[in-house]
Amino acid sequence: MNTRSSLLGLAVAAAVAAILSDARWDAPADAATREPMFDRQTVAKGAQLAAIGNCAACHTQPGGKPYAGGRPLKTMFGTIYSTNITPDVETGIVAWSQGDFLRAMHDGTDRAGRNLYPAFPYDHFTRVTDDDVNAIYAFVMTRDPVHAVVPPNRLTFPMNLRPLLSAWKMLFFDRGVYRPDPTHGAQWNRGAYLVDGLGHCGACHTPRNSLGAEEKRQDLGGGEAEGWHATALDASSPTPLPWTAEQMFKYLRQGWDDSHGTAAGPMKPVSHDLSEVNEEDVRAIAAYLMWTMKQRHLRPASPAETLGGAAQTGEGAVIFEGACASCHGGSSASTPSTHTVPLGLTTSLNAPDPRNAIHIVLEGIWPESGESGAWMPGFEGALSADQLATLLAYLRAHFTSQPTWSDIASHLRETMQRKDRQ
Amino acid sequence: MIDLDINDRTQRIDADPNTPLLYVLRDHLGMNGAKFGCGLGQCGACTVMIDGEAVFSCVTPISVLKGRKIKTVEGLGTTSKLSVLQGAFIDEQAAQCGYCIAGMIMRAQALLEKNPAPSDAEIRRHMMPNLCRCGTHMRILRAVRRAAQNMRAARAQALPEKV
Repeated sequence: MNTRSSLLGLAVAAAVAAILSDARWDAPADAATREPMFDRQTVAKGAQLAAIGNCAACHTQPGGKPYAGGRPLKTMFGTIYSTNITPDVETGIVAWSQGDFLRAMHDGTDRAGRNLYPAFPYDHFTRVTDDDVNAIYAFVMTRDPVHAVVPPNRLTFPMNLRPLLSAWKMLFFDRGVYRPDPTHGAQWNRGAYLVDGLGHCGACHTPRNSLGAEEKRQDLGGGEAEGWHATALDASSPTPLPWTAEQMFKYLRQGWDDSHGTAAGPMKPVSHDLSEVNEEDVRAIAAYLMWTMKQRHLRPASPAETLGGAAQTGEGAVIFEGACASCHGGSSASTPSTHTVPLGLTTSLNAPDPRNAIHIVLEGIWPESGESGAWMPGFEGALSADQLATLLAYLRAHFTSQPTWSDIASHLRETMQRKDRQ
Repeated sequence: MIDLDINDRTQRIDADPNTPLLYVLRDHLGMNGAKFGCGLGQCGACTVMIDGEAVFSCVTPISVLKGRKIKTVEGLGTTSKLSVLQGAFIDEQAAQCGYCIAGMIMRAQALLEKNPAPSDAEIRRHMMPNLCRCGTHMRILRAVRRAAQNMRAARAQALPEKV
């Protein structure tokens, strides 16, 4: 046999082997042999949908490779680590079929049939149509495979037992794809589909019960995320100036609105992702939120609180003058390099608890590396905990007409101790 | 009147309590190391250390500084006896116009006092708030790395050899 024919034989053998291994659907296949399975249009659609779903935010750890998981998510029952959803053979989900992926999204079940923790918000993703889920599958399966082992979850007993989740699902999981509401128009329905489904806005913006399930009777009534307060998106929204659809659209896409403030904390990656989504979808989300902001929900009466007054001056006012006024003071609003929201309009100062204001004063506001955006210096280190509390009480009393925050010191302590702060 | 502990010396200051520390340093005490850049906490030229943390002195009123330890670049070293960071900045020729450098050195000092062996990512993240408009950021990063190495080497020499 000469060299030429033996090379040809090798090539044929390799081709046959490749075909055979690809024929076994769950066999490890490298990205090169898998990619042609998905057409460009589907992958592009999946990319848009993955941005609306903000998948990367949870499935990427700070400084890590996209979608390789490992990000710790603190829940009331312990820490859950997001999974590696890249098509890696050993540590990723390359072996998952389209059906496996659909089942995870719709039923909250992994490839082996085990219950998934609802930190993966399948209570929302179950609303997403098969077509859309399949497009996301195409997008995910065409990412660069990353070999990354995810640490095991650290959950308290009995929540570390996955079979228990069957009971949780029975109580709280309402399976089923979104059904359009014929009493509303196409844009409203598109918005509702994205907000309640893939966007899973309620995962943060809806309060949760003691078993970690969303209180559906208070849909979008205000919740929490990573130590931040997630503002109510129903009629209880604390904003002094009602949102318009145009403002909401800009805020969602650019992370900034002149009358409400900046998308900070866990909302920052959301607006970052939405900047890449087609305009119509973001407009639909904004339009739907204009409707939810009119909805009133019955909620437990909150304990009576005293109204703040001019009493909070003195030391707080002095700190404000020296630390904040050069940007936020009325007289210097014309400083060309600063562009601030009047403090009385900011959502964080009008919120029912001080956590967002604490985060912003401690850490400041800044764009991610390589991006442009609003900048505010953080004051951790410059101000002591007592001074921060004094300043926050002053800001609340002086700039808003809301009741005083009664628990600034404890929220401050809690926030400063958090390890997952940016 | 307010007493400030600056570079281990008590300074009695007669100024409004909402006066930014930077103005007191420069106008009352003639300590011109910290610079006025933007006055808005956006550039870092005014950076000093307070209780070991890097802080913008232009947005820090003196009212919050009672009983706290303030360190400025004047407290690090002298022309005849440079601090490790000052020496590294000269060795790497990290200054062009030099306006940002005192702030850069003080921010880096705060990092190296807490973390003697920072990774490149840690250095970049820590130095992020300070801007250099001449564009010597790469040299500044080199200087911080060199200073970290020199500090570790000096520490290793000071220790008795292992037996």
